[in-house]
Amino acid sequence: MSEYHPPLTDHEAVVEANRCLYCYDAPCTHACPTHIDIPRFIKKIATGNLVGSARTILESNLMGASCARVCPVEELCEGACVLGAEHKPIMIGRLQRYATDYVYQRGIDVFKPGAPTGKKVAVIGAGPAGLTCAGELAKLGHSVTVFEKRELPNGLSTYGIIVLREPVEVALAEAEMVRRLGVEIKTQMELGRNLSWEEVRNNYDAVFLSVGLGSVPQLGIPGEELIVDGLSYIETSKMNPSALQVGREVVVIGAGNTAVDCATIAKRLGAERVTMVYRRTEKEMTAYPHEYEFAKKEGIEFRFLTQPVEVLHEGGKITGLKCVRMQLGAPDASGRPAPEPVPGSEFVLPCDQVVKAIGQEKPAVAKLLGLETEKGFIKVNHEFETSLPGVYAGGDCIRAKGSASTVMAVQDGKLAAFAIHRRLVAGLEAAAD
Amino acid sequence: MADLSINFAGIKSPNPFWLASAPPTNSGAQIHRAFEYGWGGAVWKTIGAPVLNVSNRYGAWHYGGQKMLAINNVELISDRPLEVNLREIRDVKRHWPDRAVIVSAMVESTPEAWRDIILKIEDTGADGIELNYGCPHGMSERGMGSAVGQVPEYCQQITQWVMDVAKIPVIVKLTPNVASVVPPARAALAAGANALSLINTINSIIGVDLDTLEIIPNIGGKGGHGGYAGPAVKPIALNLLSSLGVDPVVKQSGVPISGMGGISTWRDAAEFLLLGATSLQVCTAVMHYGYRIIEDLIDGLNAWMDAKGFKTIADVVGKSLPRISDFKDFDLSFRAVARINPDKCIRCNLCYVACNDTAHQCIDLVDASGNLVQPYSYDVRSNGKHEAVSTRPQPVVREEDCVGCRLCHNVCPVDGCIEMVELPSGRPSITWDELTKVRPEVGTDWEAMQRYREEVGIEIH
Repeated sequence: MSEYHPPLTDHEAVVEANRCLYCYDAPCTHACPTHIDIPRFIKKIATGNLVGSARTILESNLMGASCARVCPVEELCEGACVLGAEHKPIMIGRLQRYATDYVYQRGIDVFKPGAPTGKKVAVIGAGPAGLTCAGELAKLGHSVTVFEKRELPNGLSTYGIIVLREPVEVALAEAEMVRRLGVEIKTQMELGRNLSWEEVRNNYDAVFLSVGLGSVPQLGIPGEELIVDGLSYIETSKMNPSALQVGREVVVIGAGNTAVDCATIAKRLGAERVTMVYRRTEKEMTAYPHEYEFAKKEGIEFRFLTQPVEVLHEGGKITGLKCVRMQLGAPDASGRPAPEPVPGSEFVLPCDQVVKAIGQEKPAVAKLLGLETEKGFIKVNHEFETSLPGVYAGGDCIRAKGSASTVMAVQDGKLAAFAIHRRLVAGLEAAAD
Repeated sequence: MADLSINFAGIKSPNPFWLASAPPTNSGAQIHRAFEYGWGGAVWKTIGAPVLNVSNRYGAWHYGGQKMLAINNVELISDRPLEVNLREIRDVKRHWPDRAVIVSAMVESTPEAWRDIILKIEDTGADGIELNYGCPHGMSERGMGSAVGQVPEYCQQITQWVMDVAKIPVIVKLTPNVASVVPPARAALAAGANALSLINTINSIIGVDLDTLEIIPNIGGKGGHGGYAGPAVKPIALNLLSSLGVDPVVKQSGVPISGMGGISTWRDAAEFLLLGATSLQVCTAVMHYGYRIIEDLIDGLNAWMDAKGFKTIADVVGKSLPRISDFKDFDLSFRAVARINPDKCIRCNLCYVACNDTAHQCIDLVDASGNLVQPYSYDVRSNGKHEAVSTRPQPVVREEDCVGCRLCHNVCPVDGCIEMVELPSGRPSITWDELTKVRPEVGTDWEAMQRYREEVGIEIH
């Protein structure tokens, strides 16, 4: 598998860049959670200043190459484009990819490390939030060490997004760029396993927690042990594609973007029939509308108001997924109508593989460190500081409100870095008095 | 269907569109093809003195992703043997009796040389002759082309030599590389020229290659000035054309003018006709897209003439000339202000930044509740298309402060969104000429000007 969209050719990029009106105080920039100055970077593509274009992007969004690929641009920049109403919005995402690819493919670094401040910051978790925070702090001259439990950095950008949308190399190139800013990334280091909290607190002037979320929760149905975890399914498709076992008839449980990704790779890697089951209706599904449209075009089938109740199997092999029809009842805690089983409506979806992608567990580190939480997520104040002074957090692990996304994680990492910097600089000034 | 045929100083053509003397009219085979596409006439690429050409010959100016808004060239007149050209001219004319075949000529400045070439051209059966007094490069270094066109006396002398011999209509082609085209035009008319044509190309250096630092186009490491043409020169051509149209001597002579300089579409063509051209010559647009563009030139012009009720080309020629005026005769009391239609506005804010940075600071950004909003004032933690679109302010013109400069109208990307609306100024109509006749001091003394402004209620912010 390779990226769904081919890169823009030089000609396509210039034509598209010239189509941009160069709005003033542009709505695309407002809509972008990291507020990249989009007309400016696009104008630089039009003038042939590609390094300047990439710098404009990366100044606001250090993970601009990932975001160019995985951002739900239809809901953000491109959705706000003034040309969208009666015309086609500018292909902002693909232009951003064009400019950032230009510098990564040529090994051009657009930033330098700042003059050393002597301050040390630990970042826990090398996903987009952590790498952004680390990179921004390094640009400001702080000495940063990132501890990452996995073998490779850049979190879900590396492991959790199908190659069709983002190849592994793109995610790793971003981590390498952060390394070249002087950031030390120590992999296979996990808090509470081979990294002690005391050590972190004692050796660093500030800490940023960007630990993401946990594993896929349990459905609590018989035969669940035979179900494949959606995130591992995607990870295998990226890291060891030849080892990925794809069924002939695959059922994916869930209707979020990860579920769509799982269904997409199953379909593309040979499944004859892929069905997504979701206990609510298409109105409540959390996948973006453009992802849903994409999935339908891929030939993926949908069974709404359907809840799995048992995995049927014979001799260790799945033969079907027993489900029950649902109906929508009164609103539940999330404000959405609660689905209720329709008595006696059980039926079996024949299949030989079941994948579940129904969200992730809340971050376990909150409990480990005794942090205050909000709906199970780490609670932070306006400055991204947790209930422990000097300990900050950002990314999916604090996303109690709104939907988790790479670009929101980047913005958290950036704003937290600035907050940490203000704290450390205040300390330096106090020391100088 | 309007009648597009013209009779240009006795040269007849089924439509006013002629290929200008240039690479598109280099050979008989090309002109045969052009006539098959429907061109009404062709001015053969200049024949005359022997030349050698160089490469590269054409530079181009591209802007905003648009290719070839202008071209420039250092190509000389025809480098094909004279006899070959003459034979092909004869052949083309024999095949296309209804089309205008005009031959452009340029030879060294002696009566013998001119007499010789005119007789040779007439012998082909061509309909007319165009005297090339315009080439700004190469030939001018040899005392031909614009070296003639820039000096009215030379212009008159050579035209005289030609008129002494010529039995077919003679068109004098003028160079724009002068302070005014009127003196050379009058000189040509004084010598008895049957018609004028303009503009030839404008002297130019198209650019510098930023990789090699070479001049574009690069000729063995060197480069130099060349003739500039194409869509970008149209406004200059229209000005020079109208300067002939309003000149009493030219007007009095009644000679027709062949207009050219950036004509690419029927719209351009109609503007040239309205400002006094009878026939229209096209080059760069054809060099960009080929002869096929004649189809819409004719079709579009026809449709426009039908819509406007013009039955013949003569009905259109010079129709807008009476509106050409000098600044001193403009009505100082005429008032227009910009008005933005919020239903059409896409809120790109290009009008706002243009007005605020570079014009008269009279466009405000206003939110849904009518409050003034400063640009970039949203919370950095807000995002998403709904937030960005729903909170986006609307640009609104403060009409009382608008000077009617029309910049916003010009930058607005949406047709019909920003209209210039005529409002009563409350002042009686008066021109600068009239004002300074009765109150000459306002033109020399700022205090007198201030008193006048206060009197009539002109407030400058």
